[in-house]
Amino acid sequence: MGALADAGLSMSDVDGYFGARDQPGPNAAYMVDYLNLKLRHYDTTDTGGCSYLMHIAHAAQAIAAGKCNVALLTLAGRPRSEGMATGTAARVGEPDRPDVPWESPYRNTIATQYGMMAARHMHLYGTTAEQLAWVRVAASTHAQHNPNAMFRKPVTVEDVVNSPVIADPLHRLDCCVISDGGGALVLVRPEIARSLKRPLIPVLGAGETIYTQNAGYPDLVTTGASRSGPAAFAEAGVTPRDIQYASIYDNFTIMVIAQLEDLGFCKKGEGGRFVQDGGLISGQGKLPWNTDGGGLCNNHPNNRGGMTKAIEAVRQLRGEAHTAVQVPDCSLALACGPGGVMGSGHGHATVIFGRE
Amino acid sequence: MSFEQILAQHPHSKPFWEATARAELVLPTCTGCSRAHWYPRPFCPFCGSVDLQWKRSSGRGKIHSASFMRRAAEPYIVVAVELEEGPILLSNLVEAPLDQPAIDSAVQVVFKQLDDGRTVPMFKPA
Repeated sequence: MGALADAGLSMSDVDGYFGARDQPGPNAAYMVDYLNLKLRHYDTTDTGGCSYLMHIAHAAQAIAAGKCNVALLTLAGRPRSEGMATGTAARVGEPDRPDVPWESPYRNTIATQYGMMAARHMHLYGTTAEQLAWVRVAASTHAQHNPNAMFRKPVTVEDVVNSPVIADPLHRLDCCVISDGGGALVLVRPEIARSLKRPLIPVLGAGETIYTQNAGYPDLVTTGASRSGPAAFAEAGVTPRDIQYASIYDNFTIMVIAQLEDLGFCKKGEGGRFVQDGGLISGQGKLPWNTDGGGLCNNHPNNRGGMTKAIEAVRQLRGEAHTAVQVPDCSLALACGPGGVMGSGHGHATVIFGRE
Repeated sequence: MSFEQILAQHPHSKPFWEATARAELVLPTCTGCSRAHWYPRPFCPFCGSVDLQWKRSSGRGKIHSASFMRRAAEPYIVVAVELEEGPILLSNLVEAPLDQPAIDSAVQVVFKQLDDGRTVPMFKPA
């Protein structure tokens, strides 16, 4: 309702709905019923945390195809209030999942999975714990300006590497928060957008993939951004060098480094050097990133970070980010993220937004 | 989930568990393109052939990556083991110091029986 009010629209204008499995009940139809929407188009693509980034692309496609005029995208969840130990609980998995009989005995957790990713990245490229820590330092530097952030106190590299190890080589401060929260986006037909009194933020390009385990020959250090990124850049007709602001899903510090490489902001293996010494700090570094504090410091609603990544990118393009972190005259921004878990077949989506 | 339920939902897994009960690690291997894949499927995910054999693995491999789960009541080590035959298996490193192991170090399969009756492959330093 906030997103619709912001757009100057109401529930009765919505004729397309996009939702994922964060919704109560078995599918998003219950949310449509709850909101009492009168729809012409409905899409419940679910790829975990990046679902909402895929929904942006799918909504743009549906609008272009004439399937709907006003698309509403939502996310909400309360894992913190509901006492979920997302990262450190052994993941048994749904029993009918094809990989579960062979993986459930080993008590793999989200933290150990990303620990293996970080360990391998360090082994191959010499990435250091201090470089991982710089990602958290950037997030916390931004979060101090966000009154809604869970962790607002700036931290140092020493704070991160001196925090307890959860799963080698990841420290507590390499891990994102578990938080309640939610978000919504409205995408509308260009003619309708021009009739509204809000800045025009077009979707210039998008890419999506499911990056598999390659049937027993997985690449633990490469993310689906290696596929969704180039597709999004090609469609938008821009390059990583043109991007003025990036929201990159930060479930763990190592994931930001790997996605920066896979998107082409630097060569594979050089992500650690890219982020060190404040490389991601707005006003200071090469690439202003997650200026809301991201998943590391701000929020992680429903353990799904895609929606909030898009929202902060839109804030930057509208010039509505906090003045301390606003990128001057921001006109080209990227939002991307994974869904599911690295190394076990994960989704990935990238969206590039402009400003008219 | 009981062993019976696993077999009901994953009927093609039966020969694998019969082999582990004999302390043998077998890999689904394509008779067409000769590649072993993992986790097991009843078809070759590389060439699409359904002509597969369960081939016995040497059980030797090296640590592709690892993470020592310190934040657990009883800490344990999760590893991705690259077998000599090629595939990378998720497993646990056992009979080893409780610490982060070195990548590329040699490991050898061992078999552990679970409470549900299954015998599963784990790895120890070679």
